[in-house]
Amino acid sequence: MDPGEERRLSIIPISYYLVLSAILFGLGAVGVVFKRNIITILMSIELMLNAVNLAFVAFARAHGQIDGLVFVFFVIVVAAAEAAVGLAIVIMITKNRESLNIERINLLKF
Amino acid sequence: MEFITQHPVLVVSLVKIAVLLFIVMTALAYLTWFERKVVARIQSRWGPYYVGAHGLLQPLADGLKFLFKEDMTPPTSDKFTYTIAPFLALALALTAIALIPFGPPSVQILGQPVFMISNLDIGLLFLFAITSIGVYGVALAGWSSNSKYPLLGGLRSSAQMISYEVSLTLSVVGVLLIAGTLNFNDIISGQSGYYLHFIPRWHVIPQLVGFLCYITAAIAETNRIPFDLPEAETELVAGFHTEYSSFKFAMFFMAEYANMITVSCLATILFFGGWLSPFPDSWTGQVFLPGAGLVLLGMYCAWDTIINMRGIAQLQFAVVTMLCLVGGSICLMPWVRPVIQGPFWFTTKVIAFLFFYVWTRGTLPRFRYDQLMDFGWKLLLPVSLANLVVTSFVLVVPYLRHG
Amino acid sequence: MSVPFLVFFACAFLSVLGAVLLLVSWEPIHSALSLILVMMSLAVLYLLLGAEFIAAVQIIVYAGAIMVLFVFVIMLLNAGNEERTDWSKIAKVVGLPMAFFLLLLIARGLSRSVIGATIANGVGARSNAGVSTRDLSTALFRQYLFPFEATSILILIALLGAWILARKDD
Repeated sequence: MDPGEERRLSIIPISYYLVLSAILFGLGAVGVVFKRNIITILMSIELMLNAVNLAFVAFARAHGQIDGLVFVFFVIVVAAAEAAVGLAIVIMITKNRESLNIERINLLKF
Repeated sequence: MEFITQHPVLVVSLVKIAVLLFIVMTALAYLTWFERKVVARIQSRWGPYYVGAHGLLQPLADGLKFLFKEDMTPPTSDKFTYTIAPFLALALALTAIALIPFGPPSVQILGQPVFMISNLDIGLLFLFAITSIGVYGVALAGWSSNSKYPLLGGLRSSAQMISYEVSLTLSVVGVLLIAGTLNFNDIISGQSGYYLHFIPRWHVIPQLVGFLCYITAAIAETNRIPFDLPEAETELVAGFHTEYSSFKFAMFFMAEYANMITVSCLATILFFGGWLSPFPDSWTGQVFLPGAGLVLLGMYCAWDTIINMRGIAQLQFAVVTMLCLVGGSICLMPWVRPVIQGPFWFTTKVIAFLFFYVWTRGTLPRFRYDQLMDFGWKLLLPVSLANLVVTSFVLVVPYLRHG
Repeated sequence: MSVPFLVFFACAFLSVLGAVLLLVSWEPIHSALSLILVMMSLAVLYLLLGAEFIAAVQIIVYAGAIMVLFVFVIMLLNAGNEERTDWSKIAKVVGLPMAFFLLLLIARGLSRSVIGATIANGVGARSNAGVSTRDLSTALFRQYLFPFEATSILILIALLGAWILARKDD
């Protein structure tokens, strides 16, 4: 990109990105608390992780350091591992219980 | 006029996009003609012959047929997903073509390179990103049709695509290690120069195993024979696009051929030198090759028109002959000659790859689904990984010895 | 209203829209599609922030692999519609306005703190250039080599775990 365009990249204040990250994180938290389908709950957790990634990248840009981006890389990797194992557990549970409603999966309750 | 000089990037990009879109759509249509002709000749028959001279108007007839067919939507399908799946597939397939350089970046209009729409520093990575999302077109099409065969076909097809995507990406990393960059133009520039003064320094020579893995994974990724069980007609009716009719089916069709073109373009860029010419630079006569080739083709068409064609086919083929001869003479003109070199060699190599694709389609039987998945995970992935390890060893050893 | 601002607001709107659709959809497949929309718009935001490699990794890994896994599981389990029960009256009449008021209080408190003031004053980027893949990989393979290898072992464990959990019991 030409130099003029490069300078214009930074005029969006980092606080805008942080507000967006906070909104997405809040919506993800609402999803984890209020939804009943296990898969939707897992997806809301992924939404929270994405919001956190956005905050990391915004701060990495604000301080000019690369550590934020490295951390985002690791968060994505860990999210992948977590999604894989989580969905495998969901498949196992569904085979036994025949329902994806989280209120029916209360084996540890007495 | 000032608008054009004040916003050169915007105007030139729009013009390039329009021209490339037109060229790609025509190429898609005539790729179907090419495939039908070549497969027919492999099977000892003629292929399309009557609709226009040598079947050249067949794609037009097919396109009109698709437009005029009734567009049905299954009543129990998920309407939104059913509608966006083919659009998604086609949009992604066409977006991938925007990343590809057809010629050297030195040819410029108004300061913008003519032969590429974008020159990303992470071009290769972005192309793989687009390929990753392409799985959704297939999976969502299968799911939204709300019927057994499409669902099975869609799941199998998308599972196959994501399995071979890993091998596709790994087989290319050897090339990246040698080239040291993800930018397409830099990868192509790294392939200039010659071994022994006449063998071009293309990446296929040090990375032969990588190239074979790539081409196998690419055929599997685009769901072509021998890897097309999920959409074979004798197996699952038509796989994930069973319930689609008329224009949406045409979009899936076009998306498949556009994926083929993209993968062939990528193979030429990564392994065969892109727009570089295979002949050494010392042979200055090579600038006449595009023009000479087209004029020879025109002369063959003229001979065919006079000897074999009759009636309206003769008129149509005479038009084709005139186009070839005029195109050839334009390519021989001195100010066109150096410019046309890059795109000419790129197009020739891509057509060679597409011919290879169609050739395997006409020759090989298809894999069974479990054989296909075994092949992908148990053979292709270890071989790609081994290629990566050996390449990195070979690249590091000179540094080890010198301390 | 320059182009970066327009792009930012468009992507921010799309991501919030996707998150709201994720919460509101009846069918899990629509929630998955909305989450994919969120991830793609976040990828564009990463591009705006100059992190091109992370944007590509987000699309390849997150939107192109993890979400495909979610979509596969939803299709495999044939996840039907969510059950809905209505909220209690107290939650609707008193709860929502109170939550909104609480949010305003927190925002006010944050913006008056020291850190909040520095950030809200519009700190722009420290450097103007985007981060190249080469710098990121240098950091990853030199400074952060141990976490890198640890995550590769983590992925191996996750692979084995998912395989063991999901295979048929013979």
